[in-house]
Amino acid sequence: MIEQLIVEGLAIGACYGLFGVAVAIIYKTSEVVNFAQGEMGMIATFVAFHVLTVYHVPFWLAFIITMVFAMLLGMLIEICFLRPAKDPTVLGLIIITLGAEMLLMGLAGWKWGAEQKDFPFLLSVQKTHEILPGLTVNEWSMGVFVLAAVIMVFLFLFFRYSRLGIAMRATQQNVNAAKIMGIKVERVFSITWAMSSLIGAVAAMFFAARSVLDPNFMMEPFMRAFAAAVLGGLTSIPGVVVGGILLGLIENFFGYAWPEWKPIVAFVVIIIIITVRPSGLFAKHYIKKV
Amino acid sequence: MLSIKNIETWYDLIRALHGISFEIKQGDIVALLGSNGAGKSTTLKTIMRLLDDDQPEKGTIEFMGKRIDRLDTEEIVRLGISYVPEGREVFPELTVMENILMGAYTRSDRRGVNEDIEAMLRLFPILGKRRDQEAGHLSGGEQQMLAIARALMSRPKLLMLDEPSLGLSPLLTKEIFTIIQDINKQGVTILLVEQNVNMALKYSNFAFLMENGRIVRADKPEVLREDEDVKEFYLGIATEQSVKGYKRYRRKVRFR
Repeated sequence: MIEQLIVEGLAIGACYGLFGVAVAIIYKTSEVVNFAQGEMGMIATFVAFHVLTVYHVPFWLAFIITMVFAMLLGMLIEICFLRPAKDPTVLGLIIITLGAEMLLMGLAGWKWGAEQKDFPFLLSVQKTHEILPGLTVNEWSMGVFVLAAVIMVFLFLFFRYSRLGIAMRATQQNVNAAKIMGIKVERVFSITWAMSSLIGAVAAMFFAARSVLDPNFMMEPFMRAFAAAVLGGLTSIPGVVVGGILLGLIENFFGYAWPEWKPIVAFVVIIIIITVRPSGLFAKHYIKKV
Repeated sequence: MLSIKNIETWYDLIRALHGISFEIKQGDIVALLGSNGAGKSTTLKTIMRLLDDDQPEKGTIEFMGKRIDRLDTEEIVRLGISYVPEGREVFPELTVMENILMGAYTRSDRRGVNEDIEAMLRLFPILGKRRDQEAGHLSGGEQQMLAIARALMSRPKLLMLDEPSLGLSPLLTKEIFTIIQDINKQGVTILLVEQNVNMALKYSNFAFLMENGRIVRADKPEVLREDEDVKEFYLGIATEQSVKGYKRYRRKVRFR
């Protein structure tokens, strides 16, 4: 039983972690907490749903279409909403993302309606495999593990070794110095949003497969992923993943012991972390409150 | 190679540069001198277009015959101007090597970049020893060397340095200036902003003296060094006993 709880907790935690990473990438480059992240993922999932159910394309093609759409959406929001802001403060930009969130939610409600839908995802929670005697893992969890691992490794290599990845870190540390190096910082911001939106969309599709699809479905996962990101320290990507996994485990064990209190655990965690260690568990650089 | 005509720069309602003009010839070491708030750093930032988008409000800046006063910073770097900002501004959480690599961001010739990295490590051997350390953990002098190495990685034709001696010991200052001279000998033109007038006059071929956003003197260092006013107010060799002399000097430089 314990190992079952652990596996389930790890899976949902990895999913939180993945979505938290999407939030953290934008936070890292511009210190903006993107409150529209959940709804960007939601819209992308709806696009996947649309091409799957209306045009009946195979799943892998729908997945690619969704990823491309998510990247374009991320860039579009950065270019249309954030860039024109004159003399922006961080708080002002955060409010703009809140506005973008409402806009996207309204858009989804208008196009696809508010009723709940089933998202026809390739990997289902119901199909399980017994990998060890007494330990069953569903396909959904396996998918999460694989994708989370692939994305993490990719991000690690990207930020460590690629020129663009290093330039993104440089821009985050000192925008003016980055400009002097000849880095096009505006383009860096657009790429950041595209990457973040892509990762968020992957996570959102997993969340949709687990619950239902409606314009509000990303609200709670977003808050939890945000809690996970705060727990790990928003500036460290591995920290965010560990935070997500920790949160998933805490939630699962807590939910096993007191099922009726399960939904609030994440928020209790966020409050405790913000009061006790506002920079998160793994943030290594300068202390900054979230 | 760089010709500035009548530029005016404003910070909101404050005019920081009151229409300054000067020219820099290829191969020179030019020093821009003056006291606090004279507008030296503003001049460099105006050239790099690091201020608001609508600055400079008036005037033109030409580099190798091309207008650059409305280009983006990144395009100016590509044209061959490099800038070492005041207070180093290295990327604190990137390693020394990553910092140097960022300096070559505009270049795509991998081979040439690698050669230049080798050259930088010869010029600044200490950076080679620290190559995998985070730049934020370096000492002030090492950070200054890193900032210069980083700026040289774009193979600039003109290198602008803002207060390279800031916060360094006299010995290190001397070392930095010797290195600047070496860089100049390799064909890079240098524009230097300094408060340390003595040092700057020693190493430059030409100097401009700024005061209240205007250029008040432009001459060879040998001439400036013998000038009574410069001696008194910048080199600190006092001959005047009362405050009258200081007042007279202020009046003299104000109405140019």
